Amino acid sequence: MINFLILPILIPLVTGVLLIFAAKRIMLQRWIAGISSVIAIIFSALLVQKVRARGIQTLDVSSWEAPFGITLVSDMMSALLVLTTSIIAFLCLIYSFWSIGEAREKFYYYAAFNFLIVGVNGAFTTGDIFNLFVFFEVMLMASYVLLVLGGKKAQLRESIKYILVNVISSALFVIAVAYLYSVVGTLNMAHISVRISEASQGTPPGIITVIAVLFLIVFGLKGAIFPLYFWMPGSYYAPPAPVLALFGALLTKVGVYSITRTYTLFFYHDTGFTHQLLSFLAIMSIIAGVIGAIAYWDIKKIIIYNIIIAVGAILFGVSAMTTDSLTGSIFYLIHDMIIKAALFLLAGIVIAIAGTSNLHKISGLIKRYPGLGWTFFISALALAGIPPLSGFVGKLLIVKGGFEAEHYWGAGIVLMSSLLVLFSIMKVFINGFWGTPRAYKGEDKVPVGKMLIAPVILVIIAVFYGVGSEYVYPYISQAAETLANPEIYIEAVLKEY
Amino acid sequence: MEILMAFVIGILFMSATYLMLSKSLLRIIVGTGLLSHGAHMLILTMGGLKKGAAPLLGENAPSYTDPIPQALILTAIVISFGVTAFFLVLAYRAYQELGTDNMDRMRGTEGND
Amino acid sequence: MKTNDIILQTATKVVLFLIVLFSIHIFFAGHYTPGGGFVGGLLTSGAIVLLLLAFDMKTVSKILPVNYIHMIAVGLLFSIGTGAGALLFNVPFLTHAFGHVDLPVLGDTSLHTATLFDLGVFLVVVGVTMTIIQTIGEDE
Repeated sequence: MINFLILPILIPLVTGVLLIFAAKRIMLQRWIAGISSVIAIIFSALLVQKVRARGIQTLDVSSWEAPFGITLVSDMMSALLVLTTSIIAFLCLIYSFWSIGEAREKFYYYAAFNFLIVGVNGAFTTGDIFNLFVFFEVMLMASYVLLVLGGKKAQLRESIKYILVNVISSALFVIAVAYLYSVVGTLNMAHISVRISEASQGTPPGIITVIAVLFLIVFGLKGAIFPLYFWMPGSYYAPPAPVLALFGALLTKVGVYSITRTYTLFFYHDTGFTHQLLSFLAIMSIIAGVIGAIAYWDIKKIIIYNIIIAVGAILFGVSAMTTDSLTGSIFYLIHDMIIKAALFLLAGIVIAIAGTSNLHKISGLIKRYPGLGWTFFISALALAGIPPLSGFVGKLLIVKGGFEAEHYWGAGIVLMSSLLVLFSIMKVFINGFWGTPRAYKGEDKVPVGKMLIAPVILVIIAVFYGVGSEYVYPYISQAAETLANPEIYIEAVLKEY
Repeated sequence: MEILMAFVIGILFMSATYLMLSKSLLRIIVGTGLLSHGAHMLILTMGGLKKGAAPLLGENAPSYTDPIPQALILTAIVISFGVTAFFLVLAYRAYQELGTDNMDRMRGTEGND
Repeated sequence: MKTNDIILQTATKVVLFLIVLFSIHIFFAGHYTPGGGFVGGLLTSGAIVLLLLAFDMKTVSKILPVNYIHMIAVGLLFSIGTGAGALLFNVPFLTHAFGHVDLPVLGDTSLHTATLFDLGVFLVVVGVTMTIIQTIGEDE
């Protein structure tokens, strides 16, 4: 079946449309959404196996041959990310059943949820730079809806800022594509890479560097790197936990994926300026994120700033451009998606129990909720990269790659940041879970046991991802190999080159 | 012709930036409209402005225009149409709910909530 | 407030059908010449907006009892369905089929599955535009 790689995009799309009809019938919506996301997981897992067995899968949509039509390309990296997205989507979905509230469910919550997944999976899969823009917009439109759904004052206020930032970055994206098109005259990513190689011959012309920096700004705005993360702590603070988990785990990672893709496929000829800049910004992101994570006394804010740290660590690995560091980056990227989703969902339970996210007003939770406490503890350790949990291998490889590329300072800062991440998240654990238990208003109404299902599964996946990294490693290294050698990607897409 | 278009696009971007830096929400939305308008013009100009026949239908056409920038613009226009509509409705709702369209009063800091 | 918009109302009754007819013409013109579902949809929703201007919301929803959000969904189903139909024949997604068919009344007609796709676009455009305008216009 040649259409295999479009199924992870098509299934949520059809589901989203069907859910519009079922908007007023909540149980029906839950069943449809749940079953379809299980099917999506199965197909994405099969896709990963197929890519493992037969190499990169491509699909020339509408039978227009590459490079003239839109090509969808599933290499190992995108297949793995699609699989991770599908799993996280399913778990956030079942978490929403008990936490999102009927009003939202009746107002197309599940439909918007599915359209968001369409956008994310599409962005991971597409092999066409303008199609990437389109999928970005699909994802962003759905995220606007999810962000504003509920209509509280803070949500309205923050969505205005969020939309404004994203409209500007979309306009910049269009501008960057226009410049790129005027230079290379094509939109197919593999073909762009070929044309840039032809145009460079040694050193690329200055305009290519300008385009590279423009793309960095565009994707950096979505991926929240320094200094473009300013919108994130405010906007991500507003929505409810499952939406926040989706945003934190998926949206920023799409930006990171796009930076990785463009910087390894297009702009790898002259790494002197662009990759130096990327590595500097990555390090600055880590530092800024650490400062935020340590300074705040708010459980949501601390985890949000941890996103920025993770983005910095991943992009530092990308900027070093060695096979080891790229392997580490992909490892860490997937780890971070899983663990951030788990942490946000757990934080959602804490906030539901305590009615506040202020750490000064929460204490002693582990007495009444030991399961919640220990799950949080394990995910905190995994986040900081304590061996043998999932964060460790990725960070180790990133640091190793950093040393190989002689970025001693950067690698040192990545190492130091792990300690501070541990400190920031332990601050949540010690203040929130230890101490004298308090009585909270309305805590008995919170279905903690049911809400724990999704984060516990995520943490189990994270533990296996760390302990069983030996079995995961072949997949990841296949993904990194494609990133390190763009020829593999190009050959798979444009058969005759 | 390209030079002239470059100036037009520059003026559009300039006005867009000016409008987006103002405090009133409605002006900001008009600014985003101008910004995407400028970006669309930029695509068309970057594709090369040519006089000639319709986008290619046969193989040996003496002159034809590049259809890709036009397709890109159409897509981008539709998207910015949708986003602007959403933005306008949201701004209206926010104005009703928050009682202001002044960005200075929408900071969301403690004293300002 | 009672306004005297008899001219607008009378003119609308005539012009409405012209606009709708023209939009259908544009929709089918999109087969091989400029036009298509997007423009056609915008024209049709323009006609409905004119109706809304001349009369009021209640009257219009009595004339056209359509749930526009469902209309969007139906349109999307048409478009996705046309694209996904390619999956049954194991050709790439969105691949279209076309050919010339001898129809009884119309004679030699060229048929193209892209028309079905365009019909979906048409419905989506009308649905989206009307949803937007109703949302803004509703609270007065």
